[in-house]
Amino acid sequence: MNNREVDITCDLMIIGTGMAGMAAALFAAERNIKTVQAGQAGQLGFASGLIDVLGVHPASGAQIVDNPWQGISRLRREQPDHPYARMEIPEIQTAVQAVLTFLEKSGYPHISHVEKNMHMITPAGTIKPTYALPHTMAKGPAARAEQKPCLLVDFKGFKGFSGRQITESLADSWPGLRPVRIGFPGTSGELYTERMARALEAPANRRKLVDAVLPLLGDAQIVAFPAVLGISRTLEVTDDLEAGLGVPVFEIPTMLPAATGLRLREKFEHQLRAMGIQPFFQHAVSDVAASADRGWIFTVENQAGCRRIAARAAILCSGRFFGQGLHADRGGIRETIFDLPVVQPTGRAAWHHKDLLHPEGHPVNQAGLAVDDSFRPVDNQGRAIRNDLFTAGSILAHQDWMRQKCGSGLAIATAYRAVNACRDFLALGQTPYL
Amino acid sequence: MQTQVLIIGAGVTGTGLARDLALRGVSCVVVEKRDINAGASGGNHGLLHSGARYIVSDPAAARECHRENRLLKSMAPHCIEQTGGIFVAVTGDDEKYAADFPERCRQCEIPVRTLDTDEVRQMEPALASELIAAFEVDDAAIDPFKLSLDNIAHARQQGCRLLRYSRVTGFDITNSRIRHTKVLDELTGQTRHIEAEVVVNAAGAWAGIIAELAGAQIRMHYSKGSLLVTQSRIARRVVNRLRMPTDGDILVPGGTVSILGTSSCRVDSPDKIYPEIPEIDAIIDEGSAMIPELATTRYIRAYCGVRPLPADNRGKDENADDRCVSRGYELIEHARQPEKIENLITITGGKLTTYRLMAEKTADRVCRRLGIQEPCRTRSEPLPDTVDARWTEPGLAPDTWLRKSNSDDVLLCECEMVPESIVTEIVEGIRGQDGRPDLKAIGLRSRIGKGPCQGTFCSQRLAAFLYDQGHLENREGIDELRAFLRERWRGQQPLLWNRSLARAELLEAMHCGLFSIEL
Repeated sequence: MNNREVDITCDLMIIGTGMAGMAAALFAAERNIKTVQAGQAGQLGFASGLIDVLGVHPASGAQIVDNPWQGISRLRREQPDHPYARMEIPEIQTAVQAVLTFLEKSGYPHISHVEKNMHMITPAGTIKPTYALPHTMAKGPAARAEQKPCLLVDFKGFKGFSGRQITESLADSWPGLRPVRIGFPGTSGELYTERMARALEAPANRRKLVDAVLPLLGDAQIVAFPAVLGISRTLEVTDDLEAGLGVPVFEIPTMLPAATGLRLREKFEHQLRAMGIQPFFQHAVSDVAASADRGWIFTVENQAGCRRIAARAAILCSGRFFGQGLHADRGGIRETIFDLPVVQPTGRAAWHHKDLLHPEGHPVNQAGLAVDDSFRPVDNQGRAIRNDLFTAGSILAHQDWMRQKCGSGLAIATAYRAVNACRDFLALGQTPYL
Repeated sequence: MQTQVLIIGAGVTGTGLARDLALRGVSCVVVEKRDINAGASGGNHGLLHSGARYIVSDPAAARECHRENRLLKSMAPHCIEQTGGIFVAVTGDDEKYAADFPERCRQCEIPVRTLDTDEVRQMEPALASELIAAFEVDDAAIDPFKLSLDNIAHARQQGCRLLRYSRVTGFDITNSRIRHTKVLDELTGQTRHIEAEVVVNAAGAWAGIIAELAGAQIRMHYSKGSLLVTQSRIARRVVNRLRMPTDGDILVPGGTVSILGTSSCRVDSPDKIYPEIPEIDAIIDEGSAMIPELATTRYIRAYCGVRPLPADNRGKDENADDRCVSRGYELIEHARQPEKIENLITITGGKLTTYRLMAEKTADRVCRRLGIQEPCRTRSEPLPDTVDARWTEPGLAPDTWLRKSNSDDVLLCECEMVPESIVTEIVEGIRGQDGRPDLKAIGLRSRIGKGPCQGTFCSQRLAAFLYDQGHLENREGIDELRAFLRERWRGQQPLLWNRSLARAELLEAMHCGLFSIEL
């Protein structure tokens, strides 16, 4: 390795800007690890904003989990390969709580019931179990449980979100829902979530919205909106609407990509920079070279050019196929940056079931990286490939975050363990090879 | 319910027959267990054969194809893109077959022009460079959905009735006559008794099953063929491999896409069939010998159909390749069969290209039974271009939307640019046919769900819109989403690698991860 060719030297390179990458960066910053983070930065935009820990287990029985921690202890027994099975429950709780605390300090608090999942309404009129909700959505499940008369506001031109669909679908469980459609203040034609959410950060638009909703309020004791109540100033937006309407408000998630994902992205991007993480968002990791003695040299690039970054260790949080951490061709699945071995079903015919909604979930969704207890990728004998390479999040094998409703929890918990293991590695000054 | 003729099956044959009879002044009811073209009529290449493919295996069918090809081009031009077609042989293909090709075409009265290999590569730059022979014929692309929708629309204008989601469950037969046909409405669960003077079994691959309900035996072979849709159009013309028909040897343009196929694989039943991964891989490997780009292009959908092949009772080889079984049609008057049912006629087999001829021959028999002497009109009266069938055409919805540029008319399907106004028009059309405008029915009548997102976004937008318009209520929308996405999945599942797999992951992230529709 030639140091003159390196632009930046750091201890830890985090690859990925989804929930796992962001959580890893947060934990690294809290541990004062000199960290660079790189990735395409698009994935969090597709986050629903609901913080799942474990919503369904066993997935094949479509069994909804009431207490996520009890659910995880059962999961640990029944799926010993699951990434959660490598961790103790208090550690998972600490990790999730650390992220929720961070979000609260960043002005975007979340609400959870600690021992109990919440049941959130979706725009398809279904109910989804989740662990923590952003404060903007938090009042919804309670209002439904208490059967409060609720006005459900939707907007003309905002497609894929119909108050009538939600009301009709939930008629049995929440007869007090009443849909009403209004124009979004100051617009006509097609509406987009981000633009609406940013528009409501302006007090004048909120006043117009209050003026439009007030006459329709009737006996409603709470008002629901699609999740567009601000991006960075959601507390201010919701407080203002509640003051104007005289009743509480809550959001219902929208289709993806959603404002809720953008909020998380903005909070992380802004705060992590302030905490000392050196970000290369909107950058792709285009090359990596391993040195026998001194860790990694990464090349990150965007349209403006490329940088070379030397790191003593790396945490790979590059996601699955949509995040481009994994790539599949007709012949098989590979990991895109380090070409790590990928646990996968034999042959493409075994990747998916013929039924989209097959209760077992698709085997390809359990493909990914196998790891040891330090979340180091391992070879097919179970031996860590390198001492200085860790991984976290949805790229891990033996989990199905979409069916198990465990995406955020898995990302956060595994990032926590990986960062701690990485910190120990850096402190000990070990060589990269075992 | 009473009618002169009851037609079972709303594929191209059934709808074509309905129009033929309606134009002769005969009253008809068409019952269909699912929707228009639910069987092989909707699961084929959309190829209007020149006939050249059959010159060796079935010269009579080849001749017939060519005559119908010409006729349909003048009678239903709006359903046809006159692309022309070519046959090409690559290194390693049978040179004798190639050498004999033009003479055999001429024997079947099929016009053919010999091309030199440079010329053909200029005509179709995507072709492989190692070509050893090439010929031009007059193949064309035909939209089978438009064809059936227009046929039934024209029949309905003459008084014909269409009952969709209506499954025949049995016949009341006394004194060798079908008195009533029992038809189950799949949506309401109610059974209708339809009284008809003549019953025509045009159930395609299901013809044997229907005949059995009447105590009649038709020996059928079921030959599944799978096809793949490319994301963009790869050739201007129909491209055929110049050899005895086999897998992956025809590429047909379909508006903005190309369709590659097909396979031929014997199955036990026409139900529950899927395009299987080994078939898909074989088709791609074969196709790319002719057009190398087919190995790397993105495919957005696979589908399959079952060819109804009446088994030859005259003792041909049972194990022969199904491509050798005649593609000619089978017209059976059950009055003359051992079961002696006076008023049941079965029409099955045949090809999309010859559907009109099959309908004509069947209608002739029906009229003879009814004592009606009206001549066939479908040879001379053009098929009207109707509103019901407008929006299946790729590119038309975007053009219309862009021309109108009404910003309030939001796009429900962004891939194929289908706005609310077009969905409203389609919904009205379905309502006009006493139908229920469900997601699948709208998908069938438009390009919705057929673009790269394969329904990820448009499904929920469409469900929301249908609720807003009062077409869905209670929890119907969840069932609709499940049914629509499952149907789309059938076509995506064998093609999930590269970006398509990433797209499928997004679909599942939203519909299962967030909406939890699997729970």
